[in-house]
Amino acid sequence: MDSSEITQLQILAAKARMGAILGTYHAKSGHPGGSLSAADIFTYLYFKEMNVDPKNPAWEDRDRFVLSKGHCCPSLYAILALKGYFDWDELTVLRHVGAMLQGHPDMKGTPGVDMSTGSLGQGVSAACGMALAAKLDKKDYRTYTLLGDGEVEEGQVWEAAMFASHHKLDNLVVMVDQNGLQIDGTVEEVAGIEPLDKKFEAFGFEVIKIDGHDFEQIAAALDKAKTVKGKPTAILCKTVKGKGVSFMENQVGWHGTAPNKEQYEQATAELQAEIDRLEGKC
Amino acid sequence: MAEIIKKATRESFGEALCELARENKDIVVFDADLAAATKTGVFKKEFPDRFFDCGIAEGNMMGVAAGMAAAGKIPVAASFAMFATGRAFEQIRNSIAYPGLNVKIAGSHAGISTGEDGATHQCIEDIAIMRAIPGMVVLNPADHWEMKAATKAAIEYNGPVYIRLGRLAIDSFNDPASYEFELGKGITLHEGSDVTVIATGLVVNEALKAVRELEAEGISARLINIHTIKPIDREIIVKAAQETGRIITVEEHNVVGGLADAVCQVVTDECPVKVTRIGVQDRFGYSGPAWELLDKFELTQPHIARVIREAVAEKK
Repeated sequence: MDSSEITQLQILAAKARMGAILGTYHAKSGHPGGSLSAADIFTYLYFKEMNVDPKNPAWEDRDRFVLSKGHCCPSLYAILALKGYFDWDELTVLRHVGAMLQGHPDMKGTPGVDMSTGSLGQGVSAACGMALAAKLDKKDYRTYTLLGDGEVEEGQVWEAAMFASHHKLDNLVVMVDQNGLQIDGTVEEVAGIEPLDKKFEAFGFEVIKIDGHDFEQIAAALDKAKTVKGKPTAILCKTVKGKGVSFMENQVGWHGTAPNKEQYEQATAELQAEIDRLEGKC
Repeated sequence: MAEIIKKATRESFGEALCELARENKDIVVFDADLAAATKTGVFKKEFPDRFFDCGIAEGNMMGVAAGMAAAGKIPVAASFAMFATGRAFEQIRNSIAYPGLNVKIAGSHAGISTGEDGATHQCIEDIAIMRAIPGMVVLNPADHWEMKAATKAAIEYNGPVYIRLGRLAIDSFNDPASYEFELGKGITLHEGSDVTVIATGLVVNEALKAVRELEAEGISARLINIHTIKPIDREIIVKAAQETGRIITVEEHNVVGGLADAVCQVVTDECPVKVTRIGVQDRFGYSGPAWELLDKFELTQPHIARVIREAVAEKK
Protein backbone atom coordinates (compact mmCIF):
# COMPACT_ATOMS: atom_id res chain seq x y z
CA MET A 1 0.00 0.00 0.00
CA ASP A 2 1.63 3.26 -1.07
CA SER A 3 1.06 6.68 0.43
CA SER A 4 -1.45 7.78 -2.19
CA GLU A 5 -3.55 4.68 -1.51
CA ILE A 6 -3.45 5.49 2.18
CA THR A 7 -4.53 9.05 1.43
CA GLN A 8 -7.46 7.72 -0.61
CA LEU A 9 -8.51 5.53 2.32
CA GLN A 10 -8.19 8.50 4.67
CA ILE A 11 -10.46 10.55 2.41
CA LEU A 12 -13.04 7.75 2.36
CA ALA A 13 -12.86 7.45 6.14
CA ALA A 14 -13.40 11.21 6.54
CA LYS A 15 -16.41 10.93 4.22
CA ALA A 16 -17.72 8.01 6.31
CA ARG A 17 -17.40 10.19 9.39
CA MET A 18 -19.30 12.96 7.64
CA GLY A 19 -21.99 10.45 6.80
CA ALA A 20 -22.25 9.39 10.44
CA ILE A 21 -22.60 13.03 11.51
CA LEU A 22 -25.11 13.68 8.74
CA GLY A 23 -27.18 10.63 9.67
CA THR A 24 -27.26 11.18 13.42
CA TYR A 25 -27.99 14.89 12.94
CA HIS A 26 -31.03 14.17 10.76
CA ALA A 27 -32.12 11.31 13.02
CA LYS A 28 -31.79 13.55 16.08
CA SER A 29 -30.46 10.40 17.76
CA GLY A 30 -27.90 7.66 17.31
CA HIS A 31 -24.33 6.96 18.29
CA PRO A 32 -21.70 9.25 16.80
CA GLY A 33 -18.82 8.45 19.20
CA GLY A 34 -18.29 4.80 18.29
CA SER A 35 -19.23 5.40 14.67
CA LEU A 36 -16.29 7.77 14.42
CA SER A 37 -13.85 5.47 16.23
CA ALA A 38 -14.69 2.56 13.91
CA ALA A 39 -14.70 4.49 10.62
CA ASP A 40 -11.15 3.62 9.56
CA ILE A 41 -11.74 -0.07 10.22
CA PHE A 42 -14.93 -0.08 8.11
CA THR A 43 -13.12 1.79 5.36
CA TYR A 44 -10.27 -0.66 5.15
CA LEU A 45 -12.53 -3.71 5.33
CA TYR A 46 -14.86 -2.60 2.53
CA PHE A 47 -12.35 -0.83 0.27
CA LYS A 48 -9.27 -3.05 0.62
CA GLU A 49 -9.86 -6.24 2.51
CA MET A 50 -13.16 -7.85 1.73
CA ASN A 51 -14.17 -9.64 -1.43
CA VAL A 52 -17.68 -8.25 -1.93
CA ASP A 53 -19.84 -7.08 -4.81
CA PRO A 54 -22.25 -4.20 -4.16
CA LYS A 55 -24.18 -5.22 -7.28
CA ASN A 56 -24.75 -8.66 -5.80
CA PRO A 57 -24.97 -8.20 -2.03
CA ALA A 58 -26.24 -11.77 -1.47
CA TRP A 59 -23.40 -13.37 -3.47
CA GLU A 60 -22.87 -16.59 -1.56
CA ASP A 61 -19.07 -16.66 -1.83
CA ARG A 62 -18.60 -13.10 -0.54
CA ASP A 63 -16.63 -12.28 2.57
CA ARG A 64 -18.93 -11.45 5.48
CA PHE A 65 -18.89 -8.64 8.00
CA VAL A 66 -20.93 -8.65 11.19
CA LEU A 67 -21.10 -5.38 13.11
CA SER A 68 -21.50 -6.88 16.56
CA LYS A 69 -21.44 -3.35 18.05
CA GLY A 70 -24.51 -2.63 15.94
CA HIS A 71 -25.15 0.85 17.32
CA CYS A 72 -22.14 2.12 15.37
CA CYS A 73 -23.92 1.56 12.08
CA PRO A 74 -24.12 5.20 10.93
CA SER A 75 -20.54 5.14 9.63
CA LEU A 76 -20.98 1.59 8.32
CA TYR A 77 -24.01 2.79 6.37
CA ALA A 78 -21.92 5.65 5.01
CA ILE A 79 -19.23 3.21 3.87
CA LEU A 80 -21.85 0.94 2.26
CA ALA A 81 -23.26 3.96 0.43
CA LEU A 82 -19.79 5.02 -0.71
CA LYS A 83 -19.18 1.47 -1.88
CA GLY A 84 -22.36 1.63 -3.96
CA TYR A 85 -24.83 -0.57 -2.07
CA PHE A 86 -27.40 2.23 -1.85
CA ASP A 87 -27.84 5.95 -2.26
CA TRP A 88 -25.97 8.38 0.02
CA ASP A 89 -29.18 10.34 0.61
CA GLU A 90 -30.56 7.43 2.62
CA LEU A 91 -28.40 8.80 5.45
CA THR A 92 -30.57 11.90 5.64
CA VAL A 93 -33.55 9.77 6.66
CA LEU A 94 -31.67 7.40 8.97
CA ARG A 95 -34.01 6.21 11.76
CA HIS A 96 -37.02 7.87 10.12
CA VAL A 97 -40.37 6.07 9.84
CA GLY A 98 -40.43 3.96 6.69
CA ALA A 99 -36.74 4.50 5.93
CA MET A 100 -34.43 1.69 4.91
CA LEU A 101 -31.68 2.49 7.41
CA GLN A 102 -32.70 1.33 10.88
CA GLY A 103 -31.29 2.48 14.20
CA HIS A 104 -29.41 -0.81 14.34
CA PRO A 105 -28.41 -2.97 11.34
CA ASP A 106 -31.21 -4.89 9.62
CA MET A 107 -29.99 -7.57 7.21
CA LYS A 108 -33.44 -8.00 5.70
CA GLY A 109 -33.89 -4.38 4.72
CA THR A 110 -30.42 -3.05 3.99
CA PRO A 111 -28.27 -4.33 1.12
CA GLY A 112 -24.74 -5.04 2.29
CA VAL A 113 -25.67 -5.74 5.91
CA ASP A 114 -24.79 -9.38 6.52
CA MET A 115 -26.38 -9.76 9.95
CA SER A 116 -29.00 -8.00 12.04
CA THR A 117 -27.32 -6.83 15.20
CA GLY A 118 -27.72 -4.33 17.98
CA SER A 119 -28.08 -6.46 21.06
CA LEU A 120 -24.50 -6.55 22.25
CA GLY A 121 -22.61 -9.81 22.31
CA GLN A 122 -24.76 -11.51 19.70
CA GLY A 123 -23.01 -10.63 16.45
CA VAL A 124 -19.85 -12.50 17.28
CA SER A 125 -21.80 -15.77 17.62
CA ALA A 126 -23.45 -15.21 14.24
CA ALA A 127 -20.01 -14.55 12.75
CA CYS A 128 -18.88 -17.91 14.19
CA GLY A 129 -21.84 -19.55 12.45
CA MET A 130 -20.90 -18.00 9.12
CA ALA A 131 -17.26 -19.04 9.50
CA LEU A 132 -18.32 -22.56 10.41
CA ALA A 133 -20.64 -22.71 7.39
CA ALA A 134 -17.68 -21.79 5.15
CA LYS A 135 -15.64 -24.62 6.66
CA LEU A 136 -18.50 -27.06 6.22
CA ASP A 137 -18.99 -26.07 2.58
CA LYS A 138 -15.22 -25.95 1.96
CA LYS A 139 -15.50 -22.37 0.78
CA ASP A 140 -12.74 -19.86 1.21
CA TYR A 141 -14.74 -16.78 2.13
CA ARG A 142 -13.71 -15.09 5.37
CA THR A 143 -15.84 -13.62 8.14
CA TYR A 144 -15.02 -10.44 10.04
CA THR A 145 -16.73 -9.02 13.08
CA LEU A 146 -16.23 -5.83 15.05
CA LEU A 147 -16.92 -5.65 18.78
CA GLY A 148 -16.89 -2.71 21.12
CA ASP A 149 -14.63 -2.83 24.15
CA GLY A 150 -17.61 -2.33 26.43
CA GLU A 151 -19.32 -5.14 24.54
CA VAL A 152 -16.76 -7.71 25.66
CA GLU A 153 -18.32 -7.44 29.12
CA GLU A 154 -21.14 -9.59 27.68
CA GLY A 155 -20.71 -13.26 28.60
CA GLN A 156 -21.84 -14.40 25.17
CA VAL A 157 -18.66 -12.94 23.64
CA TRP A 158 -16.65 -15.46 25.62
CA GLU A 159 -18.99 -18.34 24.84
CA ALA A 160 -18.43 -17.47 21.20
CA ALA A 161 -14.67 -17.12 21.72
CA MET A 162 -14.50 -20.64 23.16
CA PHE A 163 -16.59 -21.91 20.25
CA ALA A 164 -14.38 -20.21 17.67
CA SER A 165 -11.16 -21.66 19.00
CA HIS A 166 -12.68 -25.10 19.68
CA HIS A 167 -13.74 -25.28 16.04
CA LYS A 168 -10.43 -23.82 14.84
CA LEU A 169 -12.13 -21.03 12.92
CA ASP A 170 -9.03 -19.56 11.27
CA ASN A 171 -11.34 -17.95 8.71
CA LEU A 172 -12.74 -15.68 11.44
CA VAL A 173 -11.30 -12.33 12.48
CA VAL A 174 -12.66 -10.72 15.63
CA MET A 175 -11.77 -7.03 15.82
CA VAL A 176 -12.28 -4.95 18.95
CA ASP A 177 -12.78 -1.19 18.68
CA GLN A 178 -10.98 -0.24 21.88
CA ASN A 179 -12.02 3.37 22.29
CA GLY A 180 -12.00 2.94 26.05
CA LEU A 181 -15.39 4.49 26.72
CA GLN A 182 -18.88 3.14 27.35
CA ILE A 183 -22.14 4.81 28.33
CA ASP A 184 -21.53 5.02 32.07
CA GLY A 185 -17.88 6.07 31.90
CA THR A 186 -14.52 4.66 30.93
CA VAL A 187 -14.47 0.90 30.40
CA GLU A 188 -11.94 0.51 33.18
CA GLU A 189 -14.14 2.47 35.61
CA VAL A 190 -17.36 0.67 34.73
CA ALA A 191 -16.26 -2.98 34.51
CA GLY A 192 -12.59 -3.36 33.60
CA ILE A 193 -11.73 -5.79 30.81
CA GLU A 194 -7.94 -5.68 30.82
CA PRO A 195 -5.72 -7.47 30.09
CA LEU A 196 -7.85 -8.09 27.00
CA ASP A 197 -4.98 -9.48 24.93
CA LYS A 198 -4.24 -12.13 27.54
CA LYS A 199 -7.93 -12.99 27.78
CA PHE A 200 -8.20 -13.63 24.03
CA GLU A 201 -4.90 -15.55 24.09
CA ALA A 202 -6.21 -17.71 26.90
CA PHE A 203 -9.35 -18.36 24.84
CA GLY A 204 -7.19 -19.71 22.01
CA PHE A 205 -6.85 -16.70 19.71
CA GLU A 206 -3.91 -15.29 17.83
CA VAL A 207 -3.84 -11.73 19.18
CA ILE A 208 -2.60 -8.65 17.35
CA LYS A 209 -2.64 -5.16 18.88
CA ILE A 210 -2.74 -2.15 16.62
CA ASP A 211 -3.62 1.51 16.29
CA GLY A 212 -7.10 1.30 14.78
CA HIS A 213 -6.66 4.59 12.92
CA ASP A 214 -3.44 3.59 11.16
CA PHE A 215 -4.19 1.99 7.80
CA GLU A 216 -0.77 0.40 7.51
CA GLN A 217 -1.22 -1.31 10.85
CA ILE A 218 -4.79 -2.40 9.98
CA ALA A 219 -3.48 -3.83 6.69
CA ALA A 220 -0.59 -5.64 8.33
CA ALA A 221 -2.82 -7.16 11.01
CA LEU A 222 -5.43 -8.40 8.54
CA ASP A 223 -2.70 -9.76 6.26
CA LYS A 224 -1.15 -11.60 9.18
CA ALA A 225 -4.54 -13.02 10.18
CA LYS A 226 -4.72 -14.76 6.79
CA THR A 227 -1.53 -16.64 7.59
CA VAL A 228 -2.73 -17.91 10.96
CA LYS A 229 -3.85 -21.51 10.74
CA GLY A 230 -5.89 -23.59 13.15
CA LYS A 231 -7.16 -20.75 15.31
CA PRO A 232 -9.10 -17.50 15.05
CA THR A 233 -7.46 -14.09 15.19
CA ALA A 234 -8.37 -11.21 17.47
CA ILE A 235 -7.22 -7.73 16.43
CA LEU A 236 -7.38 -5.29 19.29
CA CYS A 237 -7.65 -1.84 17.75
CA LYS A 238 -6.77 1.09 19.98
CA THR A 239 -8.99 3.93 18.87
CA VAL A 240 -10.27 7.35 19.90
CA LYS A 241 -13.99 7.63 20.49
CA GLY A 242 -15.32 10.55 18.45
CA LYS A 243 -12.20 10.51 16.25
CA GLY A 244 -12.05 13.28 13.65
CA VAL A 245 -14.42 15.74 15.33
CA SER A 246 -12.52 17.89 17.82
CA PHE A 247 -15.25 18.38 20.39
CA MET A 248 -16.36 14.72 20.32
CA GLU A 249 -12.97 13.10 20.81
CA ASN A 250 -12.64 11.09 24.04
CA GLN A 251 -15.91 12.42 25.40
CA VAL A 252 -18.18 9.86 27.12
CA GLY A 253 -21.18 12.13 26.46
CA TRP A 254 -20.93 11.59 22.70
CA HIS A 255 -21.69 7.88 22.94
CA GLY A 256 -25.36 8.21 22.16
CA THR A 257 -26.12 11.88 21.61
CA ALA A 258 -26.87 13.46 18.25
CA PRO A 259 -25.26 16.75 17.23
CA ASN A 260 -27.48 19.84 17.13
CA LYS A 261 -27.42 22.15 14.10
CA GLU A 262 -24.44 24.16 15.28
CA GLN A 263 -22.48 21.05 16.25
CA TYR A 264 -23.41 19.37 12.97
CA GLU A 265 -22.12 22.34 11.01
CA GLN A 266 -18.91 22.56 12.99
CA ALA A 267 -18.23 18.82 12.73
CA THR A 268 -18.96 18.83 9.01
CA ALA A 269 -16.67 21.83 8.48
CA GLU A 270 -13.85 20.11 10.35
CA LEU A 271 -14.24 16.92 8.34
CA GLN A 272 -14.52 18.84 5.06
CA ALA A 273 -11.31 20.69 5.91
CA GLU A 274 -9.64 17.32 6.49
CA ILE A 275 -10.91 16.03 3.15
CA ASP A 276 -9.67 19.20 1.40
CA ARG A 277 -6.28 18.83 3.05
CA LEU A 278 -6.02 15.17 2.02
CA GLU A 279 -7.19 15.89 -1.53
CA GLY A 280 -4.53 18.57 -1.74
CA LYS A 281 -1.96 15.83 -1.17
CA CYS A 282 -3.19 13.79 -4.11
CA MET B 1 -57.05 -49.18 15.10
CA ALA B 2 -53.45 -48.57 14.30
CA GLU B 3 -50.73 -50.15 16.38
CA ILE B 4 -49.90 -48.13 19.49
CA ILE B 5 -46.30 -46.97 19.62
CA LYS B 6 -45.08 -45.91 23.06
CA LYS B 7 -42.36 -43.37 22.54
CA ALA B 8 -41.27 -39.97 23.82
CA THR B 9 -41.70 -37.24 21.20
CA ARG B 10 -38.00 -36.35 21.61
CA GLU B 11 -37.17 -39.81 20.22
CA SER B 12 -39.57 -39.40 17.31
CA PHE B 13 -37.93 -36.03 16.65
CA GLY B 14 -34.41 -37.52 16.57
CA GLU B 15 -35.56 -40.23 14.16
CA ALA B 16 -37.30 -37.69 11.93
CA LEU B 17 -34.21 -35.49 11.80
CA CYS B 18 -32.10 -38.40 10.55
CA GLU B 19 -34.65 -39.37 7.92
CA LEU B 20 -34.90 -35.80 6.66
CA ALA B 21 -31.14 -35.23 6.74
CA ARG B 22 -30.52 -38.21 4.48
CA GLU B 23 -32.31 -36.30 1.74
CA ASN B 24 -31.56 -32.71 2.71
CA LYS B 25 -27.84 -31.99 2.97
CA ASP B 26 -28.41 -28.46 4.30
CA ILE B 27 -29.69 -29.69 7.67
CA VAL B 28 -27.15 -29.13 10.46
CA VAL B 29 -27.80 -29.78 14.14
CA PHE B 30 -26.58 -27.97 17.23
CA ASP B 31 -26.95 -29.05 20.82
CA ALA B 32 -25.78 -27.66 24.14
CA ASP B 33 -24.38 -30.75 25.85
CA LEU B 34 -27.75 -32.51 25.97
CA ALA B 35 -27.61 -34.57 22.77
CA ALA B 36 -28.27 -37.81 24.66
CA ALA B 37 -31.39 -36.31 26.24
CA THR B 38 -32.81 -34.26 23.36
CA LYS B 39 -32.13 -37.22 21.05
CA THR B 40 -30.10 -35.18 18.60
CA GLY B 41 -27.50 -37.78 19.59
CA VAL B 42 -28.92 -40.15 16.97
CA PHE B 43 -28.27 -37.48 14.34
CA LYS B 44 -24.76 -36.97 15.71
CA LYS B 45 -24.06 -40.68 15.30
CA GLU B 46 -25.26 -40.80 11.70
CA PHE B 47 -24.04 -37.35 10.60
CA PRO B 48 -21.04 -36.46 12.76
CA ASP B 49 -19.83 -33.84 10.27
CA ARG B 50 -23.12 -31.96 10.41
CA PHE B 51 -23.50 -32.02 14.18
CA PHE B 52 -21.96 -29.38 16.45
CA ASP B 53 -21.98 -29.55 20.20
CA CYS B 54 -21.81 -25.99 21.49
CA GLY B 55 -21.26 -27.04 25.07
CA ILE B 56 -23.29 -25.53 27.90
CA ALA B 57 -23.70 -22.18 26.18
CA GLU B 58 -27.22 -21.84 24.80
CA GLY B 59 -27.02 -18.14 23.94
CA ASN B 60 -24.00 -18.67 21.71
CA MET B 61 -25.62 -21.75 20.18
CA MET B 62 -28.61 -19.73 19.00
CA GLY B 63 -26.32 -17.05 17.56
CA VAL B 64 -24.14 -19.60 15.74
CA ALA B 65 -27.29 -21.23 14.36
CA ALA B 66 -28.44 -17.81 13.14
CA GLY B 67 -25.11 -17.24 11.37
CA MET B 68 -25.32 -20.67 9.77
CA ALA B 69 -28.84 -19.92 8.54
CA ALA B 70 -27.63 -16.60 7.14
CA ALA B 71 -25.09 -18.63 5.17
CA GLY B 72 -27.81 -20.86 3.70
CA LYS B 73 -27.94 -23.84 6.04
CA ILE B 74 -31.01 -25.18 7.85
CA PRO B 75 -29.84 -25.31 11.46
CA VAL B 76 -31.73 -27.15 14.18
CA ALA B 77 -30.73 -25.96 17.66
CA ALA B 78 -31.80 -28.20 20.53
CA SER B 79 -31.69 -27.97 24.28
CA PHE B 80 -34.12 -28.34 27.15
CA ALA B 81 -37.12 -26.07 26.63
CA MET B 82 -36.15 -24.18 29.77
CA PHE B 83 -32.69 -23.21 28.54
CA ALA B 84 -33.51 -22.86 24.85
CA THR B 85 -36.42 -20.48 25.33
CA GLY B 86 -35.48 -19.13 28.74
CA ARG B 87 -31.73 -18.62 28.82
CA ALA B 88 -31.49 -17.89 25.12
CA PHE B 89 -34.73 -15.97 24.68
CA GLU B 90 -33.10 -12.80 23.54
CA GLN B 91 -30.73 -14.49 21.12
CA ILE B 92 -33.74 -16.24 19.58
CA ARG B 93 -35.65 -12.96 19.46
CA ASN B 94 -32.95 -10.71 18.06
CA SER B 95 -30.56 -12.97 16.13
CA ILE B 96 -33.07 -15.49 14.73
CA ALA B 97 -36.63 -14.17 14.68
CA TYR B 98 -36.05 -10.48 13.89
CA PRO B 99 -34.10 -11.26 10.69
CA GLY B 100 -36.51 -14.16 10.01
CA LEU B 101 -33.69 -16.68 9.78
CA ASN B 102 -34.40 -20.28 8.96
CA VAL B 103 -33.55 -21.83 12.33
CA LYS B 104 -35.54 -24.60 14.00
CA ILE B 105 -35.44 -24.45 17.79
CA ALA B 106 -36.22 -27.67 19.60
CA GLY B 107 -37.11 -27.48 23.29
CA SER B 108 -37.09 -30.87 24.97
CA HIS B 109 -38.11 -31.89 28.50
CA ALA B 110 -40.95 -29.40 28.34
CA GLY B 111 -43.69 -29.38 30.94
CA ILE B 112 -44.33 -31.04 34.28
CA SER B 113 -43.73 -34.50 32.81
CA THR B 114 -40.00 -33.83 32.90
CA GLY B 115 -40.54 -35.34 36.32
CA GLU B 116 -37.91 -35.95 38.95
CA ASP B 117 -35.58 -33.08 37.96
CA GLY B 118 -38.13 -30.70 39.45
CA ALA B 119 -39.18 -27.11 38.92
CA THR B 120 -35.91 -25.71 37.52
CA HIS B 121 -36.17 -28.09 34.58
CA GLN B 122 -39.94 -28.27 34.12
CA CYS B 123 -40.52 -25.52 31.60
CA ILE B 124 -44.14 -24.38 31.66
CA GLU B 125 -43.55 -21.02 29.95
CA ASP B 126 -41.88 -21.94 26.63
CA ILE B 127 -45.03 -21.70 24.51
CA ALA B 128 -45.90 -18.31 26.01
CA ILE B 129 -42.39 -16.99 25.43
CA MET B 130 -42.11 -18.24 21.87
CA ARG B 131 -45.59 -17.21 20.75
CA ALA B 132 -44.94 -13.67 21.95
CA ILE B 133 -42.19 -13.29 19.33
CA PRO B 134 -43.43 -11.84 16.01
CA GLY B 135 -43.32 -14.37 13.18
CA MET B 136 -42.35 -17.38 15.27
CA VAL B 137 -44.12 -20.62 14.39
CA VAL B 138 -44.87 -22.69 17.51
CA LEU B 139 -45.45 -26.44 17.25
CA ASN B 140 -46.44 -28.85 20.02
CA PRO B 141 -46.95 -32.34 18.57
CA ALA B 142 -48.95 -34.89 20.55
CA ASP B 143 -47.61 -38.30 19.58
CA HIS B 144 -44.98 -40.16 17.62
CA TRP B 145 -46.61 -39.78 14.20
CA GLU B 146 -47.47 -36.16 14.68
CA MET B 147 -43.94 -35.35 15.82
CA LYS B 148 -42.43 -36.96 12.74
CA ALA B 149 -44.78 -35.08 10.44
CA ALA B 150 -44.30 -31.81 12.32
CA THR B 151 -40.52 -32.09 12.15
CA LYS B 152 -40.76 -32.57 8.39
CA ALA B 153 -43.08 -29.59 8.07
CA ALA B 154 -40.76 -27.46 10.21
CA ILE B 155 -37.80 -28.26 7.96
CA GLU B 156 -39.82 -27.58 4.80
CA TYR B 157 -41.07 -24.23 6.14
CA ASN B 158 -38.68 -21.34 5.49
CA GLY B 159 -38.42 -19.33 8.70
CA PRO B 160 -38.01 -19.65 12.46
CA VAL B 161 -39.90 -22.46 14.17
CA TYR B 162 -40.09 -23.55 17.81
CA ILE B 163 -40.94 -27.21 18.34
CA ARG B 164 -41.74 -28.61 21.78
CA LEU B 165 -40.48 -32.08 22.70
CA GLY B 166 -41.39 -34.23 25.68
CA ARG B 167 -39.25 -36.49 27.83
CA LEU B 168 -41.96 -38.97 28.78
CA ALA B 169 -42.75 -42.01 26.64
CA ILE B 170 -46.39 -41.76 25.60
CA ASP B 171 -48.79 -43.84 23.55
CA SER B 172 -49.49 -42.89 19.96
CA PHE B 173 -53.13 -42.38 19.03
CA ASN B 174 -52.86 -41.25 15.40
CA ASP B 175 -53.07 -43.70 12.52
CA PRO B 176 -50.12 -43.21 10.17
CA ALA B 177 -52.21 -44.52 7.26
CA SER B 178 -54.62 -41.62 7.44
CA TYR B 179 -52.79 -38.95 9.46
CA GLU B 180 -52.10 -35.66 7.69
CA PHE B 181 -50.23 -32.72 9.19
CA GLU B 182 -50.86 -29.26 7.88
CA LEU B 183 -49.03 -26.36 9.49
CA GLY B 184 -51.53 -24.08 11.22
CA LYS B 185 -54.47 -26.47 10.93
CA GLY B 186 -56.12 -28.06 13.95
CA ILE B 187 -57.43 -31.60 13.79
CA THR B 188 -60.84 -32.71 15.00
CA LEU B 189 -60.20 -36.03 16.74
CA HIS B 190 -63.71 -36.57 18.04
CA GLU B 191 -66.98 -35.04 16.96
CA GLY B 192 -69.34 -33.60 19.55
CA SER B 193 -71.95 -30.91 20.13
CA ASP B 194 -72.26 -30.28 23.90
CA VAL B 195 -68.82 -28.84 24.50
CA THR B 196 -65.44 -28.54 22.74
CA VAL B 197 -62.17 -29.64 24.29
CA ILE B 198 -59.15 -28.03 22.66
CA ALA B 199 -55.91 -29.75 23.65
CA THR B 200 -52.26 -29.63 22.69
CA GLY B 201 -49.22 -31.86 23.11
CA LEU B 202 -48.82 -34.71 25.53
CA VAL B 203 -52.28 -34.29 27.12
CA VAL B 204 -54.20 -34.66 23.84
CA ASN B 205 -54.37 -38.43 24.32
CA GLU B 206 -55.66 -37.93 27.89
CA ALA B 207 -58.39 -35.69 26.53
CA LEU B 208 -59.19 -38.22 23.82
CA LYS B 209 -59.65 -40.95 26.42
CA ALA B 210 -61.84 -38.61 28.45
CA VAL B 211 -64.20 -37.69 25.60
CA ARG B 212 -64.53 -41.36 24.62
CA GLU B 213 -65.30 -42.29 28.23
CA LEU B 214 -68.03 -39.64 28.38
CA GLU B 215 -69.72 -40.88 25.23
CA ALA B 216 -71.07 -43.80 27.27
CA GLU B 217 -72.61 -41.26 29.65
CA GLY B 218 -74.39 -39.52 26.80
CA ILE B 219 -72.05 -36.53 26.76
CA SER B 220 -71.11 -35.36 23.28
CA ALA B 221 -67.76 -33.64 23.58
CA ARG B 222 -65.82 -32.48 20.54
CA LEU B 223 -62.03 -32.78 20.72
CA ILE B 224 -59.67 -30.61 18.68
CA ASN B 225 -55.94 -31.21 18.62
CA ILE B 226 -53.98 -28.00 18.15
CA HIS B 227 -50.46 -29.02 17.13
CA THR B 228 -49.69 -25.56 15.76
CA ILE B 229 -50.16 -23.00 18.50
CA LYS B 230 -48.94 -20.23 16.26
CA PRO B 231 -50.32 -19.45 13.75
CA ILE B 232 -53.42 -20.83 15.42
CA ASP B 233 -56.31 -22.30 13.44
CA ARG B 234 -58.91 -19.58 14.02
CA GLU B 235 -61.52 -21.18 11.82
CA ILE B 236 -61.74 -24.47 13.70
CA ILE B 237 -61.95 -22.63 17.05
CA VAL B 238 -64.63 -20.17 15.95
CA LYS B 239 -66.68 -22.98 14.45
CA ALA B 240 -66.42 -24.95 17.69
CA ALA B 241 -67.44 -21.90 19.73
CA GLN B 242 -70.45 -21.29 17.49
CA GLU B 243 -71.57 -24.89 17.35
CA THR B 244 -70.96 -26.04 20.94
CA GLY B 245 -71.03 -22.75 22.87
CA ARG B 246 -68.50 -23.93 25.46
CA ILE B 247 -64.75 -24.53 25.35
CA ILE B 248 -62.28 -26.30 27.62
CA THR B 249 -58.56 -25.98 26.88
CA VAL B 250 -56.03 -28.59 28.01
CA GLU B 251 -52.28 -28.08 28.03
CA GLU B 252 -49.20 -29.16 29.94
CA HIS B 253 -48.11 -25.55 30.29
CA ASN B 254 -48.94 -22.58 32.42
CA VAL B 255 -52.51 -21.41 31.80
CA VAL B 256 -50.92 -17.98 31.32
CA GLY B 257 -49.67 -17.32 27.82
CA GLY B 258 -50.10 -20.73 26.22
CA LEU B 259 -52.89 -22.53 24.38
CA ALA B 260 -55.57 -21.18 26.75
CA ASP B 261 -54.69 -17.59 25.99
CA ALA B 262 -54.33 -18.27 22.29
CA VAL B 263 -57.83 -19.79 22.19
CA CYS B 264 -59.30 -17.04 24.40
CA GLN B 265 -57.91 -14.42 22.05
CA VAL B 266 -59.68 -16.03 19.10
CA VAL B 267 -63.05 -16.44 20.83
CA THR B 268 -63.06 -12.95 22.37
CA ASP B 269 -62.29 -11.56 18.91
CA GLU B 270 -64.93 -13.50 17.05
CA CYS B 271 -67.39 -15.48 19.16
CA PRO B 272 -67.22 -15.02 22.94
CA VAL B 273 -68.07 -18.19 24.88
CA LYS B 274 -67.04 -19.42 28.31
CA VAL B 275 -63.59 -21.04 28.34
CA THR B 276 -62.31 -23.26 31.16
CA ARG B 277 -58.54 -23.58 31.24
CA ILE B 278 -57.02 -26.91 32.28
CA GLY B 279 -53.27 -26.60 32.68
CA VAL B 280 -50.65 -25.67 35.22
CA GLN B 281 -52.43 -23.09 37.34
CA ASP B 282 -49.71 -20.42 37.45
CA ARG B 283 -47.47 -22.28 39.88
CA PHE B 284 -44.11 -24.04 39.74
CA GLY B 285 -43.76 -27.79 39.58
CA TYR B 286 -41.79 -30.09 41.87
CA SER B 287 -39.98 -33.43 41.77
CA GLY B 288 -41.77 -36.70 41.26
CA PRO B 289 -42.52 -39.41 38.70
CA ALA B 290 -44.10 -37.93 35.58
CA TRP B 291 -47.50 -39.63 35.72
CA GLU B 292 -47.90 -38.86 39.42
CA LEU B 293 -47.19 -35.21 38.70
CA LEU B 294 -49.56 -35.10 35.73
CA ASP B 295 -52.24 -36.49 38.05
CA LYS B 296 -51.40 -34.05 40.86
CA PHE B 297 -51.62 -31.16 38.39
CA GLU B 298 -54.98 -32.55 37.22
CA LEU B 299 -53.94 -33.04 33.60
CA THR B 300 -55.01 -36.67 33.19
CA GLN B 301 -58.12 -38.40 31.85
CA PRO B 302 -60.22 -38.47 35.07
CA HIS B 303 -59.65 -34.78 35.76
CA ILE B 304 -60.39 -33.75 32.20
CA ALA B 305 -63.54 -35.92 32.24
CA ARG B 306 -64.70 -34.27 35.49
CA VAL B 307 -64.28 -30.78 34.07
CA ILE B 308 -66.18 -31.75 30.92
CA ARG B 309 -69.05 -33.19 33.04
CA GLU B 310 -69.18 -29.99 35.08
CA ALA B 311 -69.21 -27.82 31.98
CA VAL B 312 -72.02 -29.80 30.39
CA ALA B 313 -74.06 -29.79 33.65
CA GLU B 314 -73.60 -26.03 33.94
CA LYS B 315 -74.75 -25.55 30.34
CA LYS B 316 -77.93 -27.60 30.92
